[in-house]
Amino acid sequence: MSMSDVGKMPGEIATPAPAGRQASPAYLNWQRAQVRRRIGIVAAQLGLIAAFLVVWEVAARMLWVNPLLTSYPSAVTSSMITLLQDGVLFKHTWVTLVETITSFVASTALGVVLAVWLWLAPTARRILDPFLVVGNAVPKIALVPIFYIWLGPALSIYGIAIAVAVFIVLLMVHIGFEQTDKNKVKLVRTLGGTTWQILTKVVLPANRSVIVAAMKANIGLSLVGVIVGEFQSAKAGLGYLIVYGSQIFQMDMVMCAIVILGVISLALFVGISLLEKWITDVRLIRAEN
Amino acid sequence: MAIAAGTERAARLAFNDVSLSYFTPSGETLALDSVSFQIGVGEIVSIVGQSGCGKSTLLSLLAGLIAPTSGTVSIDGQAVSEPSAAIGFMLQQDTLFEWRTILENTLLGPELRGHDRAAAHERAEGLLDRYGLRDFKAHFPHQLSGGMRQRAALARTMCLDPSILLLDEPFSALDFQTRIAISDEIAQIIRSEGKTAILVTHDINEAVAMADRVLVMSRRPGRIKSQHVIDFAVADRERASSLELRELPAFNHAFQAIWKDLDVHV
Repeated sequence: MSMSDVGKMPGEIATPAPAGRQASPAYLNWQRAQVRRRIGIVAAQLGLIAAFLVVWEVAARMLWVNPLLTSYPSAVTSSMITLLQDGVLFKHTWVTLVETITSFVASTALGVVLAVWLWLAPTARRILDPFLVVGNAVPKIALVPIFYIWLGPALSIYGIAIAVAVFIVLLMVHIGFEQTDKNKVKLVRTLGGTTWQILTKVVLPANRSVIVAAMKANIGLSLVGVIVGEFQSAKAGLGYLIVYGSQIFQMDMVMCAIVILGVISLALFVGISLLEKWITDVRLIRAEN
Repeated sequence: MAIAAGTERAARLAFNDVSLSYFTPSGETLALDSVSFQIGVGEIVSIVGQSGCGKSTLLSLLAGLIAPTSGTVSIDGQAVSEPSAAIGFMLQQDTLFEWRTILENTLLGPELRGHDRAAAHERAEGLLDRYGLRDFKAHFPHQLSGGMRQRAALARTMCLDPSILLLDEPFSALDFQTRIAISDEIAQIIRSEGKTAILVTHDINEAVAMADRVLVMSRRPGRIKSQHVIDFAVADRERASSLELRELPAFNHAFQAIWKDLDVHV
């Protein structure tokens, strides 16, 4: 077999049917079934939310549960509208959002930088390994009062959020770096690459999906850290609103803040998923165009 | 007893009484014991031996990835201390970077060494054309078959224009038919470009078909046990396929002699 013959073998490349040719009826059926399935899943998801809201509303109205304790959707909605009109809700949401995103970015950056340092310095890695494990296991919530005294009311929120989130990033990315394909590292060394080039050309690109996974784990923890920080010290933010609402026994306000928190975490998660698409697909998209 | 395997040609690569021990907390392991041999300019030498006999270690020493415990490894009379630009290494896996296109993978070496981009680009394109990957430059590795990937890996190695090639079982991940076709192609490329090459393999057929000389290694600790000069009465070896070579009685004799030296006990 000559080389040019081998070169013409298409290998495992899927070739789509040429344009203009009719798709078979079986394929069209399959496509329709796929669409139906997707619509069905979204409908079931919306249905679950609706059923939950209806049960909640009815249970409170019929006094199956004490509405003073549970509140109910229509009360939460009207409370939300009032808070929105005052501009109060927007203010608190904005404060929490800024704190969360700042802590998220800082803890991700810090975690990745520390993981790079541990990768570059194997001796430091050996020395610090037990401390990292213990540091990760310590319940950071226990540090809330200490951070409040050390950092003051504003900074302690960031301190707690970063302390809660940074370890998961560091550990996940660190493990990813350790598990980078040894043969790729060896290859770069045989081609004359420096340690810095091994990091930038192999280790970091090979671990893009690990870093994104660490970010996904981080975002929830950053939000937990911010809310707990706000419980202790804030004069604003959704955590403050929850504490304040429960102190004056306004469960509408508390539920309202929790709903907003749910929306925030959803939005942040979607944001990271988009980032993930961009990071992992950018090369393939560019090649196709 | 260790023998010092030599060559009549001018020596390109030389192992001079090289020993290597691995140190672990549980003890030290002598991997190579007083290995001496030379390889001449433009020679293709196969090294065969059982698993764990230190074949691949020889290549890592030549590539400057590890240092011998005693003795010297030299290229053109110069002791090896770090990865040399003269050396091209092909590993068992193709280790193509899945986030780079075939062309970008081919350009990895020049990029790492900071060579002129335009010249490297031209060279990479030429290599991919010659290796039958003309239409796959913008593809990603996962879109190629195993044989094509291995040829892309060869293009990546050749892009730095190494004068010495180290092949560490580069065909072992391929299926049988592709393996024969690719090893023929690569042997032809190495011969036509006048490279010096060392091929480490388990496959005696492959070793005999590709090389001018076969070195047999003993079990651990690795020593050079014997050498077999492969000298077929074929007018133009460059054009003889390994399947044709395998028909020759001389091929069979070489196979039998090497098999006997390998001293395989099951």
